[in-house]
Amino acid sequence: MIPLSWYLLLSAALFSLGVIGFLIKRNLITVFMSIELMLNGVNLSFVTFAHQWHLVKGQIFVFFVMVVAAAEAAVGLAIIIAIFRTRATLAVDRIDLMKL
Amino acid sequence: MHLVLFIVFAGLCLAGAINLLLQSHPINSALSLVVVMSSLAVLYLLLGAEFLAAAQVIVYAGAIMVLFTFVVMLLNAGREERTLGSRSAKAIGFPAVVAVLSVIATVILKAQGFTPVALSDNITSTADLSKVLFHELLLPFEVTSVLILIAILGAVALARPAHDERRGRTEAGK
Repeated sequence: MIPLSWYLLLSAALFSLGVIGFLIKRNLITVFMSIELMLNGVNLSFVTFAHQWHLVKGQIFVFFVMVVAAAEAAVGLAIIIAIFRTRATLAVDRIDLMKL
Repeated sequence: MHLVLFIVFAGLCLAGAINLLLQSHPINSALSLVVVMSSLAVLYLLLGAEFLAAAQVIVYAGAIMVLFTFVVMLLNAGREERTLGSRSAKAIGFPAVVAVLSVIATVILKAQGFTPVALSDNITSTADLSKVLFHELLLPFEVTSVLILIAILGAVALARPAHDERRGRTEAGK
């Protein structure tokens, strides 16, 4: 028997690590991986609350998050390939065409 | 038993996430993300979500991470460089993230009414899940198939070479 709040704390920790990675990583692909880490952290809290309230819909929401994450990964990596083809770099500091 | 499994796989999860941040080569980060996602699948199983555990392994640790490693190797991504932007992001970002995490942790620890989890708890079977998914939520489910189709078309359209570049390549081939 372990308290349910441990799962929620783990999910919060995973989300924060994802935010830190999003801020400090300078490689476009690693920044994208940090977003996936944040999505996984949120998914864990969805499953935890679905277990707490005995609701199936929480798990179905996680299923939809997975579907959207798969679509997002496919489109995002295609954009990364297109950026690499035109600018020949993956460093986020050099991809600053839209910066003021 | 539950406690041991939780500690082992939550530890693996956190270690993988921290390793993702510490590694400077993208392929090492991608492999540690696979560790995070696989151990999350075990945690889903501990919470009684058997379908999601399988989907996590197949979709996340399988399909999405294969896509990531494929792109990392295709683009031959090297080590990342340290720049001014990342130093200022560290100086401002770390305290902000720690503040947000401590607020969330305080809320979670103060919340009442959470029942403890045990291994003998009810397991949500795939049959129960699909009854709700294909009766009440049939329309959203069908809409996601359209979303996936649009994503496939968009990915192909974005990743193919530009028109003049493609023409130059075929001319060079001749």
